[in-house]
Amino acid sequence: MTNPYESLATRIDARFGEQVSRVASTCRELTYEVDKDDLIKVATALRNEADFGFEMLVDVCGVDYLSYGSDEWTTNSATGTGFSRGVERPSVILDEADEFDARRFAVVYHLLSIQNNLRLRLRVFTGTSNPPIVKSVVDIWNGANWFEREAFDLYGILFEGHPDLRRILTDYGFIGHPFRKDFPIMGNVEVSYDADEGRVVYKPVTIESRTLVPRVIRDDNRYSADLRDVKKDG
Amino acid sequence: MAEIQSYTMNFGPQHPAAHGVLRLVLEIEGETIHKADPHVGLLHRATEKLAETKPFNQSIGYMDRLDYVSMMCNEHGYVMAIEKLLGVEVPTRAQYIRVMFDEITRILNHLMWLGAHGLDIGAMTMFLYCFREREDLMDCYEAVSGTRMHATYYRPGGVYRDLPETMPKYAESRFRSKKQLDKMNSVREGSMLDFIEDFTARFPACVDEYETLLTDNRIWKQRTVNIAVVSPERAMQLGFTGPMLRGSGVEWDLRKKQPYEVYDLMDFDIPVGVNGDCYDRYLVRVEEMRQSNRIIKQCVDWLRVNPGPVITEDHKITPPHRVEMKDDMESLIHHFKLFTEGYCVPEGEAYAAVEHPKGEFGVYIISDGANKPYRVKIRAPGFAHLSAMSEMVEGHMLADVVAVIGTQDIVFGEVDR
Repeated sequence: MTNPYESLATRIDARFGEQVSRVASTCRELTYEVDKDDLIKVATALRNEADFGFEMLVDVCGVDYLSYGSDEWTTNSATGTGFSRGVERPSVILDEADEFDARRFAVVYHLLSIQNNLRLRLRVFTGTSNPPIVKSVVDIWNGANWFEREAFDLYGILFEGHPDLRRILTDYGFIGHPFRKDFPIMGNVEVSYDADEGRVVYKPVTIESRTLVPRVIRDDNRYSADLRDVKKDG
Repeated sequence: MAEIQSYTMNFGPQHPAAHGVLRLVLEIEGETIHKADPHVGLLHRATEKLAETKPFNQSIGYMDRLDYVSMMCNEHGYVMAIEKLLGVEVPTRAQYIRVMFDEITRILNHLMWLGAHGLDIGAMTMFLYCFREREDLMDCYEAVSGTRMHATYYRPGGVYRDLPETMPKYAESRFRSKKQLDKMNSVREGSMLDFIEDFTARFPACVDEYETLLTDNRIWKQRTVNIAVVSPERAMQLGFTGPMLRGSGVEWDLRKKQPYEVYDLMDFDIPVGVNGDCYDRYLVRVEEMRQSNRIIKQCVDWLRVNPGPVITEDHKITPPHRVEMKDDMESLIHHFKLFTEGYCVPEGEAYAAVEHPKGEFGVYIISDGANKPYRVKIRAPGFAHLSAMSEMVEGHMLADVVAVIGTQDIVFGEVDR
């Protein structure tokens, strides 16, 4: 019995060639990276051609890869000095560079084909531009509308050709894009009611950041690639 | 005199028919809606960002609070995504328990929906009837997890504990007589499975009762038939899932098409609508309750005769037994590491979707190998449904907006996250 995902991968490789590149996955899911200039061409073909038939866009998700793979503890040397949960965080500096790292912001699309019962994930990196920008897929899948607004609101990713790119989840008049990794978890402003002025006032946030559990990355041999394969085949 | 063409009206955010904090800006001509612009986010808590700052296990409780009328199904999507990344095997008994509670949750959700939808468009009695049965199911939640709503019962690798041997009973009170009390407690004498089995025996008659009140009711039909018709093509284009998609006639149910846990061993049918209007979606959901009841019965029968572990024995992920910790060093270390640091999940990404009562609830986790997720994205079905609000109400009357909010089964915990 052939794996439907492998046969889909063969069809995609044959049809798109250089336009897409497959990303290795450990969870039996199919992920492709698409260049941002080819996105519309690839997406239209995936939707319309009978070989693929991805008539539904399940999800659009923004990702900020700024601190990917960084931890708050160096566990190899830490035992000698004792642990402090008070992880020292560098004070937040908003990244206002003219250009971002080319692999910082990504948009991830989850596609579903109802006729073929298949799923596919596409990832598009937004490149170096500030603000990050990709083409909108609203015309291909109308359901993308709110999902793209959400990615814009939370990550500041612009979607070229979107009919109505407004903030959606944050407050009216909110400043910044809260899901970016350089946006602090407790926010920048706090809101209170000022009885003297008779209105709601915004002030810089006064609470301090706490870490209950530091972020650590451990070398775990159980998950190393070669052992994994042995387990699966055996 | 200048003629007024159309005007804008604000609906909500504090409105009993808005099912939470929905603000709608409606463009109206007379009583006809031209355009609806839903403003959401008033309940935005940044669940996804919070999850990124906590070890994996500590976010399970947040999942309950997403769609707060179908708690365990939310947990299910989240723990499935973690299990996918970890490659953990879930014991069969835990899979049956999960399926049983997913279906209990589905009934809970649909009862809430039916009651509130009925109340919105003029059927007060439905609300009272539905909450009567909901109470029994809430008791099941309480018996198994200790809380009535936010259970945190599903854990990566299984479920928190096995089903209890007793059901909590009503206490004496001056508000009820001894006779009433005995009657209420009579079904609670045995184990939890006895109680659930008794529920599955009497529930179909309850659904008949609801249907007697609504299905052929003239007022109900006037309010729902041909309201907000969605064609199957549009439903797919707009990203509809669950009963919203099936109401339009697309036969798509993850429990059948991409089965998870033990759904492939279950015998049940998928109801599908024909016209794609509010009435069809009502019929689909009512039939789903009957089918869920069938699944629960099958799970109860299996669980009765198949004892076994309910959570994986891999103590890198699940806490060790309390007794073992007393004299086993290894267990003590496992316990300490698990509760201070959590467990590291291998680098990778996974998307796990469950057939939530409202549609496809998906959780997409990116892990960079740390003890906290790098990115969690929750794909809430209600978010996609609500985005189609404008299209669904266009050309209808103001009163139909309420019917459409009802038929979409909107809960703001999951829309706003």
